[in-house]
Amino acid sequence: MKVLVPVKRVIDYNVKVRVKADGSGVDLANVKMSMNPFDEIAVEEAIRLKEAGKAEEVVAVSIGVKQAQETLRTALAMGADRAILVVAADDVHQDIEPLAVAKILKAVIDEEQPGLVLAGKQAIDNDMNATGQMLSALLGWSQATFASKLDIEGDHAVVTREVDGGLQTIKVTMPTIVTVDLRLNEPRYASLPNIMKAKKKPLDEKTAADYGVDVTPRLEVVKTEEPAAREAGIKVGSVDELVEKLKEAGAV
Amino acid sequence: MRAYDRDDLLFQLFEVAQLEDQIAGTDLDREAVMGILDTADQIATDHFLPHGKLLDENDPEFVDGRAVIPDEAIAAVREQVEAGFIGSGFAPESGGMGLPETVHQAAAFIFSASNISLAGYGLLTVGAGRLIQSFGTEDQKKRYLEPMAEGRFFGTMCLSEPQAGSSLSDITTRAEPMEDGRYAISGRKMWISGGEQEISENIVHMVLAKIPGGPPGVKGISLFIVPKRNADGTPNDVTLAGLNHKMGYRGTTNCALNFGEKGACVGELLGEPHKGLSYMFQMMNEARIGVGMGATALGQAGYQASLAYARERPQGRSPAGKDPVSPQLPIIEHADIRRLLLAQKAAVEAALALSIYCTSLVDRERKGDEAAGPLLEILTPVTKSWPSEFCLEANKHAIQILGGAGYTRDYPVERYYRDNRLNHIHEGTHGIQGMDLLGRKVVMGGGAAFKGLMSTIRADIAAAADSEFAQPLSDALDRMEPVTLHLAGELMKDPTRGLANATLYLDCMGHVVMAWMWLRLTEAAKRVASRDGDTAFLRGKHQAARYFYARELVRTEGWAKTLSANDQTAFDMAADWF
Repeated sequence: MKVLVPVKRVIDYNVKVRVKADGSGVDLANVKMSMNPFDEIAVEEAIRLKEAGKAEEVVAVSIGVKQAQETLRTALAMGADRAILVVAADDVHQDIEPLAVAKILKAVIDEEQPGLVLAGKQAIDNDMNATGQMLSALLGWSQATFASKLDIEGDHAVVTREVDGGLQTIKVTMPTIVTVDLRLNEPRYASLPNIMKAKKKPLDEKTAADYGVDVTPRLEVVKTEEPAAREAGIKVGSVDELVEKLKEAGAV
Repeated sequence: MRAYDRDDLLFQLFEVAQLEDQIAGTDLDREAVMGILDTADQIATDHFLPHGKLLDENDPEFVDGRAVIPDEAIAAVREQVEAGFIGSGFAPESGGMGLPETVHQAAAFIFSASNISLAGYGLLTVGAGRLIQSFGTEDQKKRYLEPMAEGRFFGTMCLSEPQAGSSLSDITTRAEPMEDGRYAISGRKMWISGGEQEISENIVHMVLAKIPGGPPGVKGISLFIVPKRNADGTPNDVTLAGLNHKMGYRGTTNCALNFGEKGACVGELLGEPHKGLSYMFQMMNEARIGVGMGATALGQAGYQASLAYARERPQGRSPAGKDPVSPQLPIIEHADIRRLLLAQKAAVEAALALSIYCTSLVDRERKGDEAAGPLLEILTPVTKSWPSEFCLEANKHAIQILGGAGYTRDYPVERYYRDNRLNHIHEGTHGIQGMDLLGRKVVMGGGAAFKGLMSTIRADIAAAADSEFAQPLSDALDRMEPVTLHLAGELMKDPTRGLANATLYLDCMGHVVMAWMWLRLTEAAKRVASRDGDTAFLRGKHQAARYFYARELVRTEGWAKTLSANDQTAFDMAADWF
């Protein structure tokens, strides 16, 4: 079985995000970018399936700017076998919307014919949580979202999902799309020898046009704002006063 | 938040040191270097940075002859080892990756800034292993070096004894030849970092000892490989006699070790007899560059912590408008806080520039560049000492910015200060470095290394003729040259009085070298600005350089006067006058 893992290049979770002066988005120039943390978990799970003998090949795919090849190298250094970069934007500030991503992924999947797609449940930059689901609809495949446990059993996948009320276990028919949640695994670090080996692994470069997909945005960003600054607190003299203040604020 | 400035590190590596030119034609490229630094960053962020306070508050414990450290420390170092950060320091034929020293040390900088006491184990192992790499037999490499490159064995350097620290000619540890060609080791060693720990399967001690009947003094010292455990896993009669409870670096065990208490400690000679000290100096010189890098990392960590605090802490109002109902200003708006921040920036960024410059010299020397060796020799005491002195001063400023909060253990800045206080002392004290610079490096080969350094700096000045820093740096060299010539003459007349101001000479030379580094940093900033446009980051470089020239380089004028007079006030203070 071949496993396909889409990975997105996003602002590093450790970076203090700043909104651009014109409010059109967040400033990404000269900012550290990394693999979306949920995608790292998906890559890790794919590699574990390969190590367990349940998958033969792990292919990482990224769609975005040319610099996303760095993200793909990380996936290769973690243990993916090869990578496909689909260049769909020149400007680091252009976010490719989930539907366009899903359409390109569908085209890649038509060529690659994987038995499983493992994707992050969402990207930490725009928190859309949509690509996996849209891809499922476009392909007509089953889907299992928010996975915290995955077992492949013949032509089925048994997936434990993190839902509001707790955990739900479902069985889906392969081929399938599984979107992964935080607790599925702890991704490995790319070791130094593997970083060097990754340089020799194949990385194909395509464009959105190669797949005939129009990536023109359908959504308009109206405004981007910094969260309101936290206001200064006050000191209270007694527990009674504290309770009083909390009641005033409607907190109790 | 990181304990170091990633943007500055990348600027220094790729723009100032122009690393891409250095690695051209090798397996490495910019993307791979970034990958390596990213892995270092992730492990440092996840496993090193969070345990600083825990390790500081839980000194290693002596329990039944074992050194017990928190489990978190063991797990953190294992992550670092498994990612390949020890193997990266060894040559490929020794089972390592053969990374350029510049890249290996840049990763070490990240680990050191994040938790210096955990970074110590790997640095010690690379230092010890490189001795075997340089001087060991193929068989010794197989049995000791390969497991070190794999991170299964760690290493130590065992030089000092209770009665012999800086004065190694007085060591008494003995190595008696045995019939099978090996040696029975007996003696006591002191201040052994990593001398006992339970992170690695085995510990390879590099032990200085004397073979009976050899020449007296340092010429009779040989170097031995003494494992904690024999090949079959049995103990090799190396006993943990006690742990030292230190001011800082508390995550690194520091041990008193007894060798051969039961007469059953066996060592193997490394290289030839009586050459131990010269071998050890190879490791020592690399270790000294590493000490400077560590001191710089701690300076950087304090700078980052105090900068973040200064941006957020509201306190007081502008002296020009003390309206009590106006909101308080973040303290970064106050002139004296900006001075304390800029003093730190001016010290720690120049110190990093010199550390990286020296690691680049190591790489150039490995590639056969003949000019690199003498430059590295004369800069080694400076790159060890200047950060140890002036990044410690930076840590003092960091505490000052936090005020009372900085003096508590609720914030890391007092810990950074305590950690950094070691760097002044180990791997050759500040005083020894001064004597090494003036008494040895400056005068060797008829002053060849000194002249080489001066002409290297003058070449950079000539290439930066339109820089506002070119003239003042040139003036500083014009002061430094006659002072050096004069002291070299004094040294010929009377070595004791000639070396009496060696420490001040070291500080003075250090300031001139750091002014040179700021010239290099600002020239790189100009190149980047003309290529990618000017930014606040780049403007900060020029301002820090101006601060260094206006407030620090000028101090060398007074120092030069004291040195020219070869002032003897301290030495002339007789012992019984105190």
